[in-house]
Amino acid sequence: MASGVKRRVKVPKKAKAGDTITIKTLISHKMESGQRKDKDGNVIPRSIINRFVADFNGQNIIDVTLEPAISTNPYFQFEAIVAESGEFKFTWYDDDGSVYDTVKKIEVS
Amino acid sequence: MKLTRRKVLAIGTGSLAYFSLCGLPAFASLADDAVAELTGGAEIEEGGVTLTAPEIAENGNTVPIAVSAPGAVSVTIFADGNPVPNVATFKFGPLNPSHMASTRIRLAKTQNVIAIAQMEDGSFRKAQSNVKVTIGGCGG
Repeated sequence: MASGVKRRVKVPKKAKAGDTITIKTLISHKMESGQRKDKDGNVIPRSIINRFVADFNGQNIIDVTLEPAISTNPYFQFEAIVAESGEFKFTWYDDDGSVYDTVKKIEVS
Repeated sequence: MKLTRRKVLAIGTGSLAYFSLCGLPAFASLADDAVAELTGGAEIEEGGVTLTAPEIAENGNTVPIAVSAPGAVSVTIFADGNPVPNVATFKFGPLNPSHMASTRIRLAKTQNVIAIAQMEDGSFRKAQSNVKVTIGGCGG
């Protein structure tokens, strides 16, 4: 699942200092649980995103440990407080060792 | 849609066949064990953490849930009817003022979703919600 992984993140472009903003993130991933079987009865091996981290200017907002019970295309919504302009960094860690990340800038006045 | 007797029977047998494919039997004790592993046997108080989950989920593959726990360091979600009870752990950083998060989870069948919050003082808080699942999300 190293190719074709789409990251979608919704962050407001501008905010006032001290504002609490809502962030929505989604990554396309099949999140194979390791419980399913193919038509020959063989277990399909587990392949999921196992960790998601959101940071702002190097400070942590949220750090999520994912288990197979998280739905396909893992979606998260959470809040963050912004004091100055900077960069949000979102990182997803795949079972196969791949790391996907995306950066969003915000202008704080 | 009007439910005729025939349709009810068809739905009934369909879902039975679906559940029988679910593989591992799931027991509530699995979730209890998982919770005990997290808390180390410490006492868990009710309140202080809010878990929002639908009463009825038509599709167990994507059940929207939300947790909010002011003053919590982390919140762990368990589903006591899933083959693996652990669902997710949210650790809140310094820039997260509300300590709330929402996501979508899989539920294999009708069961309790449990949120255990670890507070800043090391104590544990709990919230629980029963979710009725029409179509299980275990994948068969």
